[in-house]
Amino acid sequence: MSPFFIITAVVTLFGAVLAMSLRNLVHCALAMAIAFAGVAALFLQLGAEFVGFAQILIYIGAIAILIVFAILLTRSGESPDKSVLTSGWWAGIAVTAMVFTILGWAVLSSSAVPKELPAAPAATVKNVGDLLMTKFVLPLEIVALVLTAAMIGAVLIALKEDNKDNAGGQP
Amino acid sequence: MADKIDQIFVTVLHFLVSYLPEAWRPLASSLICIAFILMVFPLIFSLTTIFERKGIGRIQNRYGPNRVGIPFTKIRLAGFGQFLPDGVKMLTKEDVVPRAADQVVHFLAPIVLLIPVLLTYAVLPFGRNMAIADYDAGLLFFLAVGGAVEISVFMAGWSSRNKYSLLGAMRAIAQMVSYEIPLILSGVTVVMIAGTLNLSQIVEHQNQYTFGIAHWFVFTPWGLVGFILFFIASLAESNRSPFDLPEAESEIIAGYFTEYSGFKFALFFLGEYLGMFSIIGLGITLFLGGWTSPVSFLTWIPSWIWFLTKMMAIVFVFIWIRATLPRLRMDQLMGFAWKFMLPLALINILVAGLWHFMSHDWQRWLVCSAIIFGAYVVLGRGLMANQKLGKRIYRYAE
Repeated sequence: MSPFFIITAVVTLFGAVLAMSLRNLVHCALAMAIAFAGVAALFLQLGAEFVGFAQILIYIGAIAILIVFAILLTRSGESPDKSVLTSGWWAGIAVTAMVFTILGWAVLSSSAVPKELPAAPAATVKNVGDLLMTKFVLPLEIVALVLTAAMIGAVLIALKEDNKDNAGGQP
Repeated sequence: MADKIDQIFVTVLHFLVSYLPEAWRPLASSLICIAFILMVFPLIFSLTTIFERKGIGRIQNRYGPNRVGIPFTKIRLAGFGQFLPDGVKMLTKEDVVPRAADQVVHFLAPIVLLIPVLLTYAVLPFGRNMAIADYDAGLLFFLAVGGAVEISVFMAGWSSRNKYSLLGAMRAIAQMVSYEIPLILSGVTVVMIAGTLNLSQIVEHQNQYTFGIAHWFVFTPWGLVGFILFFIASLAESNRSPFDLPEAESEIIAGYFTEYSGFKFALFFLGEYLGMFSIIGLGITLFLGGWTSPVSFLTWIPSWIWFLTKMMAIVFVFIWIRATLPRLRMDQLMGFAWKFMLPLALINILVAGLWHFMSHDWQRWLVCSAIIFGAYVVLGRGLMANQKLGKRIYRYAE
């Protein structure tokens, strides 16, 4: 394990723990952005440039902003007085540990995961693009369809119901 | 000789690093590059502030700063020494933090602004062989890291606990998110034609000459439209006039950095200008041929001089626009981004694809220009259709 890996891992875990334990929701969202940045750094250390940059672009540039806006628009900035941990937190940790163990066991013993890592390809972004346009074109199109549907749905929700309320609006 | 001056920074870097043991060289060379960026661009920033104040003064028919030259001498330098006392003033001012502010977030916001802005300089090719981190996906890196600026704007606006700051932050984020889309889409056309996301290769692609004129992407129909869209979007991204609503002094004081003073304010100021330089640098790299010369008989001028000249020329246009145009209204701003720039950028992507697949003769110039002109007319009329422009009627003022 290189020192860079240890630093980024510690930063990521630190951000994740803060995101769970802070009282103020906006602080939690900002701490989650730290965790996202840490994950992006981990991807970059693995040589996955495209995934790392996409992680920064989407998660820090868009999702963190979206969450922060949702918090601001839906509730006041007051933080709750009571503790953020519920009384049954140890049960949560137990369940999480069990799920992690089972998933880790399943991944490690699966035959689909190659034990030997393949050599890193040279122009990764070009390869990703080629694969997206040839082998994985159907999933790509389906994702595009789902996103378009979601966007139309959002526009429909945001659209004015009728023009009755809008009568005296414009001068 | 010309080649030596062209590569002088690269040679100096190799010379400095060659004294070190092999293992330390990558680290030392990155540190030297970081020091280079930290020295050069803040210096350009400080000179640009004077240039801007003098330029706007000139355009608005008044004097700009014209007194301060070299301190403790009688040399005035036409006021270009003004940035030194300004900097000292910024550094020695009291740092006032509102009592209700969120101390930690308030402290971190200017730092979080400056880090991504400085990171974007890593991928810009300032000259031949002068890109510091020559990433395969350099353009993606630039856009991804540049997008992280929004979170610092939010941090600054929210942590100040001031309604002007929060309003300014909301305006800034809405504007940045909206204009980022035409910015990225106009850059996509270049990626389609050059076939790479690497900024150095994009510049190499434009480094050819026909009849002595360079193959800059701005000299094609889709490139011209892409450049204009990119230019407008970069004005909005760097919060410059006429898109300076987030920091409109007369309405919301100074927007998200109302509650900042002293050195933190200076950091915001610096971050904003450095962000402007880097996005101009990206625009030059994508459309204006990066460090290449516009005509073949001027290729002997060093590449980094071309880059800086183009950058300062566009900075001058930014200053000119700031001194000339009034500020937009919020709904006009949003409508312009979503109803005009976004559809035009999408059509431009189609035109770039058509340009790539049509044969290399005059027909593709005609077809591509006609499509873009038609789209411009239709979208422009659509945007202006329900504006009810005419004599303004005031409901309350009379």
